[in-house]
Amino acid sequence: MTMSEMQDYSSSLEDVNSRKFETFSYLPAMDADRIRKQVEYIISKGWNPAVEHTEPENAFDHYWYMWKLPMFGETDIDTVLKEAEACHKAHPNNHVRLIGFDNYAQSKGAEMVIYRGKPV
Amino acid sequence: MAKTYSAGVKEYRETYWMPNYTPKDTDILACFKITPQAGVPREEAAAAVAAESSTGTWTTVWTDLLTDLDYYKGRAYAIEDVPGDDTCFYAFIAYPIDLFEEGSVVNVFTSLVGNVFGFKAVRALRLEDVRFPIAYVMTCNGPPHGIQVERDIMNKYGRPLLGCTIKPKLGLSAKNYGRAVYECLRGGLDFTKDDENVNSQPFMRWRQRFDFVMDAIDKAERETGERKGHYLNVTAPTPEEMYKRAEYAKEIGAPIIMHDYITGGFCANTGLAQWCRDNGVLLHIHRAMHAVMDRNPHHGIHFRVLTKILRLSGGDHLHTGTVVGKLEGDRASTLGWIDLLRESYIKEDRSRGLFFDQDWGAMPGAFAVASGGIHVWHMPALVTIFGDDSVLQFGGGTLGHPWGNAAGACANRVALEACVEARNQGIAIEKEGKEVLTKAAASSPELKIAMETWKEIKFEFDTVDKLDVAHK
Repeated sequence: MTMSEMQDYSSSLEDVNSRKFETFSYLPAMDADRIRKQVEYIISKGWNPAVEHTEPENAFDHYWYMWKLPMFGETDIDTVLKEAEACHKAHPNNHVRLIGFDNYAQSKGAEMVIYRGKPV
Repeated sequence: MAKTYSAGVKEYRETYWMPNYTPKDTDILACFKITPQAGVPREEAAAAVAAESSTGTWTTVWTDLLTDLDYYKGRAYAIEDVPGDDTCFYAFIAYPIDLFEEGSVVNVFTSLVGNVFGFKAVRALRLEDVRFPIAYVMTCNGPPHGIQVERDIMNKYGRPLLGCTIKPKLGLSAKNYGRAVYECLRGGLDFTKDDENVNSQPFMRWRQRFDFVMDAIDKAERETGERKGHYLNVTAPTPEEMYKRAEYAKEIGAPIIMHDYITGGFCANTGLAQWCRDNGVLLHIHRAMHAVMDRNPHHGIHFRVLTKILRLSGGDHLHTGTVVGKLEGDRASTLGWIDLLRESYIKEDRSRGLFFDQDWGAMPGAFAVASGGIHVWHMPALVTIFGDDSVLQFGGGTLGHPWGNAAGACANRVALEACVEARNQGIAIEKEGKEVLTKAAASSPELKIAMETWKEIKFEFDTVDKLDVAHK
């Protein structure tokens, strides 16, 4: 491979688009269909769905803002999607993440940003 | 009635073969594969192993009568054929819990795999499995943090973690080494790793390595907005030196350190694991020298036992083999010891080489680490086999990318996330792996080139140590 065929890895402190946000942030932003399937997965595992959001500049923090409370025992995909959309509408510039709380493992079985905020 | 003393050599089976014994819940149970010397009956060989790994000496001594040896002795309580191999047999031995110091895997091994392995009455001997009673488990420190706490500290959920061992493993200066770390982490890996051979050699002393690596971690975290770590190897010639390095790693804010638990020793490892819990530093465990003990199917210690010993001694990660890569491993057997490492209760299952139920109670589990000879094309199989609670480590598969470490890291991260997303969608990713990766590569030039680079590489050597199954 010649130097001219080689591609530079574009990432820097200066470029805010270099900032990632953990699971699935190296894939293209999610569309409605892909979001739906992940909600379905969380529910199929018996986990408790939840929605959180943050200003992108504070995404490194452990604690984001909870949108209401986790939806304990919720098994309706559309209900979860509606809450996620409502959170996104209320905070259009923020990252919105979908979580599946696994209370048996005392951990999160899933966590992913489903609406990407405006990089700053 | 009191016993009388009679000097001389007795047959072991008179004292140590107890086919009617029912093991107690508190007994430590062991399964040995015994290859006896010609002419030695199975019961005698099993009893001899029970004796020599517990209270027995080759001849009767008068001081035996000052204690209750019938209470303290190991008891050979069962014998079984080894499927497909007439040269050897399984012997099951129960040991009273009093024989072992609390919280000491050192003491357990000194008895169970001590003098008995050089014993003349057996031609070869292999410790296949050990059942640790919950009463003994609770005396051990175990993993300093465990899977769930590590996920919280590192903020990684719903996927396996990604790592890479820095190469070349020997010879880099500390500053160049830090560069390799930085490139991997900024490209999307969660962890990088010191090679096990890297301790504190003249070409790169530990102190400079720690400093430059920490600089790389800090910058990669600011750049990517994600939490990063590097397993700083604190394996050292003396415990004092090991703790000195661990203390410095903590001082500069390193989230994780590393130890080689077999070459470094079980005593050092157990102490370091306790230090890690006290100091909030994660502990990655490498297993150099394991193959010396676990590869020969007739002699040594099976890796499932070494896995249990590590879980008791303490570590948050343990290398388990990859099944798909260049190193040894049989899939069912590997899945067996991965469960022993991660789950809280594991049922006996001979089809996976598990000879006993094992109850770990509240003891945390540790991440299974798959490392060695793997690349992006292995990702679908690795995610399927190992599941989320694993660290997948691509050394050559990251650093060997034609565009460099950052691109290699990015390719692996994209491949991993694509596989996890597809799995969550219910796609059988091991079967549909090519489609999943090809689709992901459409938006990742780094992955596309990686797939072209490694497409033809395959590792298809048969394993030397297989599960014992009838093949006659």
